Amino acid sequence: MTENQTPLLQVKDLVAGYGGSRVLQGVSFDVYREPLGMIGRNGMGKSTLAAVLAGMLPTESGQILMDGKEITGYAPNRVVKSGIAYVPQGRRIFPSLTVHEHLTMVGAKSSDRWNPNTVYDLFPRLAERKKNGGGELSGGEQQMLAIGRALLTNPKLLLMDEPSEGLAPAIIEHLADVFRQLVSEGLAVLLIEQNIHFALELCDRILIMVNGYIATEVTSEELSKNTELQERFLSVV
Amino acid sequence: MTSEQLFQIFLNGITLASVYFLVASGLTLIFGLMRVITMAHGTSYLLGGYFGFSVASATGNWYLAALVAAAIVGILGLIIHQVLIHKFQNDDLRVALITLGVAFIGTDLMAATYGGDAYQVPAPSNWLGTVVLPFAGSYSLQRLIIILISIIIGVALWLLISKTRYGAIVRAGVDDSQMTAATGVNTRVIFASIFLLGSALAGFAGVANGTLFTLLPGQDGTFLLYSLVVVIVGGMGSIPGAALGALLVGLVSQFGLYFAPTYATVFTFALMVIVLAVRPQGIMGKVRL
Ligand SMILES: Nc1ncnc2c1ncn2[C@@H]1O[C@H](COP(=O)(O)OP(=O)(O)O)[C@@H](O)[C@H]1O
Ligand SMILES: [Mg+2]
Repeated sequence: MTENQTPLLQVKDLVAGYGGSRVLQGVSFDVYREPLGMIGRNGMGKSTLAAVLAGMLPTESGQILMDGKEITGYAPNRVVKSGIAYVPQGRRIFPSLTVHEHLTMVGAKSSDRWNPNTVYDLFPRLAERKKNGGGELSGGEQQMLAIGRALLTNPKLLLMDEPSEGLAPAIIEHLADVFRQLVSEGLAVLLIEQNIHFALELCDRILIMVNGYIATEVTSEELSKNTELQERFLSVV
Repeated sequence: MTSEQLFQIFLNGITLASVYFLVASGLTLIFGLMRVITMAHGTSYLLGGYFGFSVASATGNWYLAALVAAAIVGILGLIIHQVLIHKFQNDDLRVALITLGVAFIGTDLMAATYGGDAYQVPAPSNWLGTVVLPFAGSYSLQRLIIILISIIIGVALWLLISKTRYGAIVRAGVDDSQMTAATGVNTRVIFASIFLLGSALAGFAGVANGTLFTLLPGQDGTFLLYSLVVVIVGGMGSIPGAALGALLVGLVSQFGLYFAPTYATVFTFALMVIVLAVRPQGIMGKVRL
């Protein structure tokens, strides 16, 4: 395990929500240089957490530290500068931009690990769709583009919210390969998923979110064996 | 009527369209793209005209006057955006009321400074005179020059928005400003720059109209109204749409003025009603959710 290292991302007692309604009720966890999974039933607050981490939603209280530096309350563009890239649930592709414009607008330099050319190498499908508009892409292509767009900020931590949602099994398998490649390069990933198999396949450590807090942490091995645990927190298949 | 007269009316329509386009292109950026309902756009127009008049009269340099007018009005627009609008950008009603307040104050300040007289911005001396054109006979050179400047500005704006990285960021920011920020872009700076550009265009339009015609108190209101009509007819947020809308409004009002002067204004608004009935998003507008 990685407990003896300093964490890349530290989340401490995070409380946040929408207007009057509190969704996150004190979330605490650390992400090391690893693929970390987070699962939980619909409506438990996973996407709310992702939005807070990405700087899109204000925190009521609590702290977020990236590389030991406090980034609580940072605007999204400053969060990006600290090294977190966000692949949102539903992809949020820009309909007015072509595939190529999505990649060039981020402004990565050609000397960076991730620039439009290396993203095209990672996703050859996107190179074929270069001139297509964001609205003309299939779900899988949109997901590739959302991941590519995030990588172009050359992050230390990739924050992915349900990347496998609504995709065909073959494409999910392709994304899993890409995921492993990114992790093998040393990229840390926080993978939020409802697709428990996808998360189990890719992450060793899994957090389970229930009603706005982290109910428990398990290894993927434990969780895959323990059907009682699966039923209690996830009521899965 | 002779065909020469028809061509003259047509050219007058194009001339008017080029001024409308300059005002409306600024509005289509601010209102159409950024969704900021600015009621002070006509004020930017008239203020630009007055500044242009003052500088051109004092220095005798039209180009300098145009540049200074556009720059000052652009910077004022930027300050108003940063100080008064930015915080409430998503609150349409509040922004409309704030900018309406700015417009009232602007109207009074301009009336206090420039009074009720009509002004004309002195054109460069080598712009005077006429050019003989095929079919139309002779036509004012300075009008043709302003038409040409308008076309150049229109093409440049279109290239900027549709072909550059800056333009892609602006379009992304309009689609989903939070997600744009999540790619590392400081959207506040981008939106501020659009406000600067849109206001500067209105300021330059004031100089253009003041050179070809006259500047009068009250034009701030009428130009706000006409540029709104142009943007709505052409489709919000589209530069080619603003060009097409300006062309239609300019031609309809000039031909209307010739054939049925009493109803000229009615025709313009009838055009808007018809377009809205057939194509609510405007001729080149996209449907938005
Ligand atoms: N934009 C929003 N405004 C108000 N409430 C929201 C919003 N988004 C989500 N919620 C509420 O917050 C709770 C958590 O939602 P979410 O974070 O999307 O859950 P998850 O991603 O785990 O499915 C739900 O009760 C949901 O209804
Ligand atoms: Mg979710």
